[in-house]
Amino acid sequence: MASFNLKVNGKSFQVEVDDDTPLLWVLRDHLGLVGTKFSCGIAQCGACTVHINGNPTFSCVTPVSSVGNSEVTTIEGLSENGDHPVQEAWKEVDVAQCGYCQGGQIMQAAAFLKQNPNPSMEEIDNAMNRNICRCGTYHKIREAVALAAKNM
Amino acid sequence: MKTITRESRRDFLKIASTTAGGLFIGFNWFSCDSPKMEVLSTEEVLSQAKPFNAYLSISPSGDVVIYSPNPELGQNIKTSFPMVVAEELDADWGKVRVLQANLDTEKYDRQLTGGSGAMPHSWERLRKAGATAKYLLVAAAAKMWNVPAEEITVENGIISHSGSKKSGHFGEFVAEAAQMQAPEDVQLKDKKDFKIIGTPIKNVDADEIYTGKPLFGLDFYREGMMHAMVQRPPFGMKIKSIDDAAARAVTGVSDVVQFENSVAVVGNSTWPLLKAKKLLKIEYEAESTVESTADHDRIFKELMANGKSEVKRQDGDIKSAFQKASKIVTAEYQCPFLAHSPMEPENFFAHVKGDRCELIGPTQTPDRARQTAASILGIPAENVTVEITRLGGGFGRRLRADYVEEAVHISKAINAPVKVTWSREDELTGGAYRPAVRYRFEAALDENGSMIGYKLRGVGMNAGNTTREHNFPSGAVDNLLIETVNYGSSITTNAWRAPITNFLAYAEQSFLDEVALEVGKDPVAFRLELLDRAKNNPVGQLGYDVDRMIGVVKTAAEKANWGKNPDVKQGFSVYFSHRSYVAQVADIEMQGGTPALKKITAVTDCGMVVNPTGANHQVRGGIVDGMGHAMYTNLTFENGLPKQRNYDSYRLIRLKEVPEIETHFIDSGYDPTGLGEPALPPTGGAIANAIFAATGRRLRSQPFIEQKEFSDIKLEIRRS
Repeated sequence: MASFNLKVNGKSFQVEVDDDTPLLWVLRDHLGLVGTKFSCGIAQCGACTVHINGNPTFSCVTPVSSVGNSEVTTIEGLSENGDHPVQEAWKEVDVAQCGYCQGGQIMQAAAFLKQNPNPSMEEIDNAMNRNICRCGTYHKIREAVALAAKNM
Repeated sequence: MKTITRESRRDFLKIASTTAGGLFIGFNWFSCDSPKMEVLSTEEVLSQAKPFNAYLSISPSGDVVIYSPNPELGQNIKTSFPMVVAEELDADWGKVRVLQANLDTEKYDRQLTGGSGAMPHSWERLRKAGATAKYLLVAAAAKMWNVPAEEITVENGIISHSGSKKSGHFGEFVAEAAQMQAPEDVQLKDKKDFKIIGTPIKNVDADEIYTGKPLFGLDFYREGMMHAMVQRPPFGMKIKSIDDAAARAVTGVSDVVQFENSVAVVGNSTWPLLKAKKLLKIEYEAESTVESTADHDRIFKELMANGKSEVKRQDGDIKSAFQKASKIVTAEYQCPFLAHSPMEPENFFAHVKGDRCELIGPTQTPDRARQTAASILGIPAENVTVEITRLGGGFGRRLRADYVEEAVHISKAINAPVKVTWSREDELTGGAYRPAVRYRFEAALDENGSMIGYKLRGVGMNAGNTTREHNFPSGAVDNLLIETVNYGSSITTNAWRAPITNFLAYAEQSFLDEVALEVGKDPVAFRLELLDRAKNNPVGQLGYDVDRMIGVVKTAAEKANWGKNPDVKQGFSVYFSHRSYVAQVADIEMQGGTPALKKITAVTDCGMVVNPTGANHQVRGGIVDGMGHAMYTNLTFENGLPKQRNYDSYRLIRLKEVPEIETHFIDSGYDPTGLGEPALPPTGGAIANAIFAATGRRLRSQPFIEQKEFSDIKLEIRRS
């Protein structure tokens, strides 16, 4: 066990966990930030996507010991009032079916659009291909990312 | 006003006023045929002395709360059920709040998610509940204003009387309405006057979903709760010995518990358990057959050739039809086992407290969860409560209560509240799969290319009846034999979205394509020829509505420009399941010698569409699901264990792999029928038939990408 100081959603936290503990489980079990989802645990599905210094990162394979002083942002901290342009676009397009993967999808899209504010549809496809949606909301995800890009 | 006070015979709806002065309306699901209303006293409501179903409540401020009884797993029932109530109530949708009801078998008679059956089951009841509430509010306004009820209008939560220029919101009339007796029967709205039904109302949980609020079972947490993960045996095996020393040594692991044939590691957080589970040294021994995919291949061949079958349907004289046939077409189709693989892995919270048990989590069948817990603990079912969380997908997996059982066993053993969490590997190896099935089709054709004989023989691994014997083309062929063979495998199976038809439809619709092309007929014309026969001179029992099926076939052909563009190679498929009809056309264009799947056009007749957004979601989602599993996904076994254990080898369809999907709905004037499943079955056939049209390769096994016929085909997926 070791002690780690983390910066998550602009706040500081201290946790006592084994240094191989994935950030995902620190967020979920120790900080109560359950918007970041567990699904595959091996960086295949993207349900656990968070931002580390703005970069989209699969938190299920990111050991807490590797996070250091980096700024971690989760879906809970993407915006204060749930009104980030990507969240707004998701609402407007009414993307979700079961909704379980959508937090990760939104985090993937938000990081992507920050780096590429005027993407082509092909670029959107490439970015969002990292995240799985078992309900098959892919058409709406594409539509919502394009709408968010337009509104940002 | 006489109808309001008239005595009624039976117990359907109840009203109660509470201390807050609101109007509470509920209805008894067990006696909706002959409604009766009753005013309950506040004491009766609060003490629950009488079964009271708070299905719908209206507060003095005019806020409407509607309880949604069925588990929500993405089929959008939590949004569409309240829409139906609010429609008849003429409520302001902006003032409607929807709450998930917990399990209550006294109030609800079909509190489950499965079979695409919720809306057809509840449509009439939901409408009556809303209409009755409106009737009472209008009666209250009429009394308070001293005007005739017939002159009162209701719109958007506002009650008005134009003659006296009086108006007010619902809340102003609830106290008076709660004192009234309800009508025996109410007038429902004419469908043409619907304002909410048929409009794209947004998901009622959207804000919570998109901001990461704890909604799902896996998000549930309670102070003092323990976590557990479970190691289950390979299929057909049982535990011989356990060495748990290394697992127990992991920091954060508090206990290792054995129950039945499983071993649970228990601790105060999840990560130590994921590590400890891998350190369990468990030796297994055979308990029944320990099977591999090679065994299944052999068993399938034996049973297809010689297995004792159950005849499901027999029409005419099949033997002589095949003797006098001028042409016989035969083909075999096969599909693998599949996992359900919802994005949220299985999980459940249980707290066993003496002779009581509290359950919380994602389940499609809350009552089964309750009964299972009661049976394990030897306590009455009424001592078990079930709180239903939102489900991160289901696809049939959460019809089972195996993961609930685990939570109950562990909570009892450690005498503490516990949440069991499955990993993705657990989910893929933990059983209850879509059964592997094979079919052999034989068609006898006369010299005109008419199908005079049809044989279907299905063999399934724990699949039950692998056929749908009264479905098309039954009724359209004089001589027909449909039979099924079951193999009792040690590998567990369960309903999987559109059970059986998720594969049967692909096989049948591909085979009919083969037959049509063999006799030189257009695949759509060939189907219509069969349907005309079923309509004009049906053979035996028909399990489908021929006109509705013809409707979707013709409309799909028209919308997809069937056969009009020689550069577009098309595949057609149509299927009836879960009371709805869906026809699909897949378009492949050759681009520089490479086939590119560009579009799937779907035409659905599910009766009236309640929510176009939700309906589109279900049709597109069903098609993406059907396409993904037909194209990419396989689950094979070695010594009782799946070889594919996570998404790196168990391949699910991704965003770049979906073509454009164009959806159309036929308003056939029927009440809503099922939609969670019916769009999936036709998809595999439409794609396989288009691939044949484009390449001449017939795909008779899923997943397509693993077939040798597909090995040199580079199918691109293109979207516009």
